[in-house]
Amino acid sequence: MSATLWFVIRRTLQIVPVVLAIAALNFLLLHLAPGDAADIIAAQSGGASAEFTAELRRSFGLDLPLYQQFFVYIGRLLTFDLGFSNVQHRPVFDLIAERVPATLLLMVVSIGFALLIGVALGIVSAMRHRSWVDSIVSVIALLVYATPQFWLGLMLIVLFSIMFGTLPSGGMMTIATDMSVWGRAVDIGRHLILPSITLALFYVAVYARLMRASMLEVYTFDFVTTARAKGLSEARVGLVHAASNALLPVITLAGVQVGHLLGGSILIETVFGWPGLGRLVFDALLQRDLNLLLGILFISSIVVVLANLAVDLLYGFLDPRIVHQ
Amino acid sequence: MKGFLHFWRRFRRNRAALVALFVLLAITLIAIVGPYVYTVDPFEMMGRASTPPSKRFWLGTDVSGRDMLAGLIHGARVSLLIGIAASLCATLVGLIVGATAGYYGRAVDNILMRCTDFFLTIPSFVLAVVLIAIFRPSVTNVTIAIGIVSWPPVARLVRAEFIAQREREYVLAARALGMSDIEIMIRQILPNALPPVIVVSSLLVATAILTESGLSFLGLSDPNVISWGYMIGVGRTVLRLAWWMPAIPGIAILVTVLCINLVGEGLNDALNPRVQRR
Repeated sequence: MSATLWFVIRRTLQIVPVVLAIAALNFLLLHLAPGDAADIIAAQSGGASAEFTAELRRSFGLDLPLYQQFFVYIGRLLTFDLGFSNVQHRPVFDLIAERVPATLLLMVVSIGFALLIGVALGIVSAMRHRSWVDSIVSVIALLVYATPQFWLGLMLIVLFSIMFGTLPSGGMMTIATDMSVWGRAVDIGRHLILPSITLALFYVAVYARLMRASMLEVYTFDFVTTARAKGLSEARVGLVHAASNALLPVITLAGVQVGHLLGGSILIETVFGWPGLGRLVFDALLQRDLNLLLGILFISSIVVVLANLAVDLLYGFLDPRIVHQ
Repeated sequence: MKGFLHFWRRFRRNRAALVALFVLLAITLIAIVGPYVYTVDPFEMMGRASTPPSKRFWLGTDVSGRDMLAGLIHGARVSLLIGIAASLCATLVGLIVGATAGYYGRAVDNILMRCTDFFLTIPSFVLAVVLIAIFRPSVTNVTIAIGIVSWPPVARLVRAEFIAQREREYVLAARALGMSDIEIMIRQILPNALPPVIVVSSLLVATAILTESGLSFLGLSDPNVISWGYMIGVGRTVLRLAWWMPAIPGIAILVTVLCINLVGEGLNDALNPRVQRR
């Protein structure tokens, strides 16, 4: 079998124990939480007797030994059963599934934007090392690192929605009766601008700094000297030879930070009323819906695991040495 | 003392870090003595709601007519306290895990590092939200939750340092002298591994303050104390009418975190002189 296929299979199998560990953590947290499903339903039925609660426990299998309950729990997870939201009276999985697309849209647009601008700024800073561009990028990065993202979002709303009135302050689309497909896309795009810039700005700073450092390191390698000795222009050396090699650590970091990005998007979605997972977290918190919260933790962890897998596979493709290790 | 003077001479060379250190000391002073000097209860309704900054209320009042300046002063306490305590918490766990993994290697290292990777995978902010929702928001629980989600980078760093040190001659000599593993780890290797750890934990204080502000913005803060994130959350409801209300505590967070980061960079220059910054 080809080395590439082996690499893909090996790397994919590695996520199995991680997913099991995530399930175990969720199970543990579920049991640490005060009160179980039986208590909640008993409370909702208003004044339940001890016998009734015990009966409920039996019917839910909550009287079984913990390890048996864990196997039941795993079995349910395998059929996408994340439990029931006793507040919204719907399966947790359905509630989450309908919110994931909006969050993914926001995350993909933000990370794309951050990579594009961040890498570009990093290249410019490295090629103009110690120039005014380099200094300005460094100062802005310092400021961005220190700014709470959600607060930045609020301030952007003040500036662009309230003072200038140019961009919508929240939501994902205008509630209008008829709009062409194109018109709808433009409308969603307009709603995306502020939240995605807010979310991306931090990562623009991170990637710019990393790309700059990585470029400066690559500049010390022999092949760069060779490229210069061949008489290639400085632009070609920087953009083609150095930048393409300096990109790898940036991509690795972008993969590792998916979880961080997801956490940030929860706050940003709350600020902008974006109808994704973040808003769901906020609502679940208000209604003390622990089942739903744990479901969100589980699904978002899985999203991160899959994203890391995708980046690793991409990495193997970009740097064939990895595959043959 | 001589060591400190040496350190101070190096630290002083970074002007930005020096200025940041003084600003940070001022903020700390305000956090400690402020509530005794400016004795307004941040929860008491003092005047009309949502008034802009004026002579009576220097920073205005919030939606319930509470004094914003009092809130800002009390908020400094909570932010710094949780930031420092959570960072210490994370550093301690990271030191124990990283040192054990790096010193013993093999299976121990493997297990502990898989654990660390696992915690790096889980979206930390979501985990913190769930932990606090389960155990109820109090200053202690928020601190512990932030500590739990922030230790993995420390563990990785400490592990790398311990791996680099464990085969050095002085460690072998200590072992030959009959020192126990714990003694070697704490008295021999740790002092050599500490400088980069100090830098990372100082930067963790900044991250912890940002995380705390996000949590309390979502309403996950101790209901008995006022915090900057909570003030932003309150001000958000009247964003259209009184933009300064969420703006002011946000600036406080920005300045504090910026200063901590700058001091962290200064510490790095002073403690790890061999690592050149470009």
